[in-house]
Amino acid sequence: MSVHDTLLNRLKRGCETMAYPKGPAPALPDRHGGALKVEAAKCDASCSACVTVCPTEAIARPAGKPVALDLGRCIFCAECVTVCPTKAITQSNDHRMAVRQREDLVLGDTGKEQVRLAQALDEKLRRLFGRSLKLRQVSAAGCNACEADTNVLGTIGWDLGRFGIQFVASPRHADGLLITGPVSKNMELALKKTYIALPEPRIVIALGACAIAGGPFIGHPQHHNGASGLVPVDLFIPGCPPHPLTILDGLLRLLDRLGESDARR
Amino acid sequence: MKRDTPFTLLTNGTALSWADVPEWPLAEFLRNVGAELGRGERLSSFFGVPEGDALRLVAVLAFDAGNTLAVGRSQSFSGSFPALTATHAQAHLFEREIWEQHGVVPENHPWLKPVRKDHGAGPAVGDFFRVDGREIHEVAVGPVHAGIIEPGHFRFQCAGEEVLHLEIALGFQHRGVEEAIAGGPHRATVYQMETVAGDTTIGHATAYANALEALAGTEAPLRAQWLRAIALELERLANHTGDLGALAGDVAFLPTASACGKIRGDFLNLTALLCGNRFGRGLVRPGGCLLDGDTERLSQLRKRLETALAEVQQAAAWLWDAASVRTRFEHTGHLHAKQAAAIGLVGPAARACGLVRDVRFDHPTGWHRFAQVPVSVWPDGDVFARARVRWLEIQRSGDFLREQLDAVPEGETMSSLPALAPNSLAVALVEGWRGEVCHVALTGADGKLRRYKITDPSFHNWTGLALALRGQAISDFPLCNKSFNLSYCGFDL
Ligand code: SF4
Ligand code: SF4
Repeated sequence: MSVHDTLLNRLKRGCETMAYPKGPAPALPDRHGGALKVEAAKCDASCSACVTVCPTEAIARPAGKPVALDLGRCIFCAECVTVCPTKAITQSNDHRMAVRQREDLVLGDTGKEQVRLAQALDEKLRRLFGRSLKLRQVSAAGCNACEADTNVLGTIGWDLGRFGIQFVASPRHADGLLITGPVSKNMELALKKTYIALPEPRIVIALGACAIAGGPFIGHPQHHNGASGLVPVDLFIPGCPPHPLTILDGLLRLLDRLGESDARR
Repeated sequence: MKRDTPFTLLTNGTALSWADVPEWPLAEFLRNVGAELGRGERLSSFFGVPEGDALRLVAVLAFDAGNTLAVGRSQSFSGSFPALTATHAQAHLFEREIWEQHGVVPENHPWLKPVRKDHGAGPAVGDFFRVDGREIHEVAVGPVHAGIIEPGHFRFQCAGEEVLHLEIALGFQHRGVEEAIAGGPHRATVYQMETVAGDTTIGHATAYANALEALAGTEAPLRAQWLRAIALELERLANHTGDLGALAGDVAFLPTASACGKIRGDFLNLTALLCGNRFGRGLVRPGGCLLDGDTERLSQLRKRLETALAEVQQAAAWLWDAASVRTRFEHTGHLHAKQAAAIGLVGPAARACGLVRDVRFDHPTGWHRFAQVPVSVWPDGDVFARARVRWLEIQRSGDFLREQLDAVPEGETMSSLPALAPNSLAVALVEGWRGEVCHVALTGADGKLRRYKITDPSFHNWTGLALALRGQAISDFPLCNKSFNLSYCGFDL
């Protein structure tokens, strides 16, 4: 095959970058399910079926209080959805689930059935980072799936570069830190040093169930159950791993770059 | 093929009573293991089982040519034992691990230092092998790397550009996977197995399921075994395609790099078509598969697979055709077949040194007993060979999937799992995309898991990368590293 063929083939393929966010978002796989929705009002008074099946103890039913599901601890196994007899816990098929505050991931109470999606950065930070956000990624005991699906955003289909978002090779060049993994004790020092090496102002993103709360390994003594105990987190992106679309939505939401695509929904 | 061995033989994916595992005094046990390794057999797993304050050692050997596994154990002891590593390099990391996990000292181990535990200031802090001399300089890289990569520390001893020695210090990813299983299986165990190495979800989950099914004296329904085989090859296709792209990217050959990045995602999406998750979470469970594919879904899978395979064929053709790629790949990061055998290398990296070893072929379980995938081998042991083996495997996985998706077995995908037999040992090997995934499960008198040993292929293979770097220009490290593409968390557990 000659260079000529290679180029011709490339030309024929045309632009392979998705239209989103200008166009519609690509569909999640039909069995994905998206974010969970919890309507505690529908719960049976005596039921706690979901509490006993959840592998990460993401669901609690404190006496006299409505059921509370913490989407930050959730690894999206859908066991709770299957066992719930009153359909109080359902899948929304919505890929959007990034939040600014940890408690915005706790679902159940009236008015709090779904995640309270992230607000954009304040104007000053938006002016700084809105059109150019350089991130340093630190994997701190991530399983390489969160990492892989972050990497995917750099491929031609997603092309993160078109939003001015880029992963850089030095913390000195970075505006923010994107953390994956529950933060093993063995990575604590490296994570802290990386954080300190970032010039201010800086932002921190906790990506995936592990980085938010420990994920499938929650409670193990070898790690810190997520990043928030060590560094202040500005954006939480749930999932195990989050679908690339969920990650992209989170980043663009933070930078207020979603525009009409968000309003259209 | 039966031959004289004091070890008890067992087939991959089966269990035996703990009492039937032959037991020898420590010295005799080590002699027996050493004798088999001396005959060229492979050490699949080697670990300790605490018994009160004392310890037993257990060895799982793979007799690849005989298509069988062999197990044996020592009587319990404490204090120290003469290191096998002194004569058999395959035991090197296993013995360091035994020391770290149980405190018994492998005497005369040539390089005794922690494998993954934090000894105060972090795992990489400690003595490194040093080359001295006026021209020698040291380069330290990591744990945090320049891209979106897991953490690890690389310490190079260089003379100018040339790497004389590379030492790899890992452990940064340690999450306590094995410790957490003790007394299980617990509610979270299967989810942890799916994320031992998140890019090998199907490989590790299948090994775990096989081990538990063997202990329970049952087998997954045939259709589930078939589905697992499909998912395993999809996992291989995604990762091999990604690796070809990454290798192309490292030599600045962008057409293949950018195409493969996308096609890798297309393969991941095929897995997501089956189970909703791009990495195969929620599919494989002890007892079968949690989800099934109806006719419509499977025909969609078949169609999209064809498209992705055609695209990867195109992207690979560009790669193999480019002289600039060949000159960078050939003779880079060379590993001899002899070295590879000595350190117990597995997977595509071993096959790229001409070693014919593939669990799907040597120790078939599940669906691979009925449908074979030919072993892909390339003799040269360099980056080119490792890329080439991946490409051969992409084609063969593609053929396998085409064939299998055209002949779908009927039936259920899930069966209930009976209680685990008490005091029994099960061994399950799976050929993950990086190579042999080995899970050994031991139950106690209560039928709970008393010891669970996981060996990710990376545990064998990191040493291969270190050796391949010797005599290379340090600037070729990224290329060599990608040609192995090993797991950090699978190693660190
Ligand atoms: S879907 Fe989330 S909350 Fe529900 S059982 Fe699974 S991990 Fe727990
Ligand atoms: S959240 Fe899930 S996918 Fe992400 S690093 Fe943790 S275990 Fe892996």
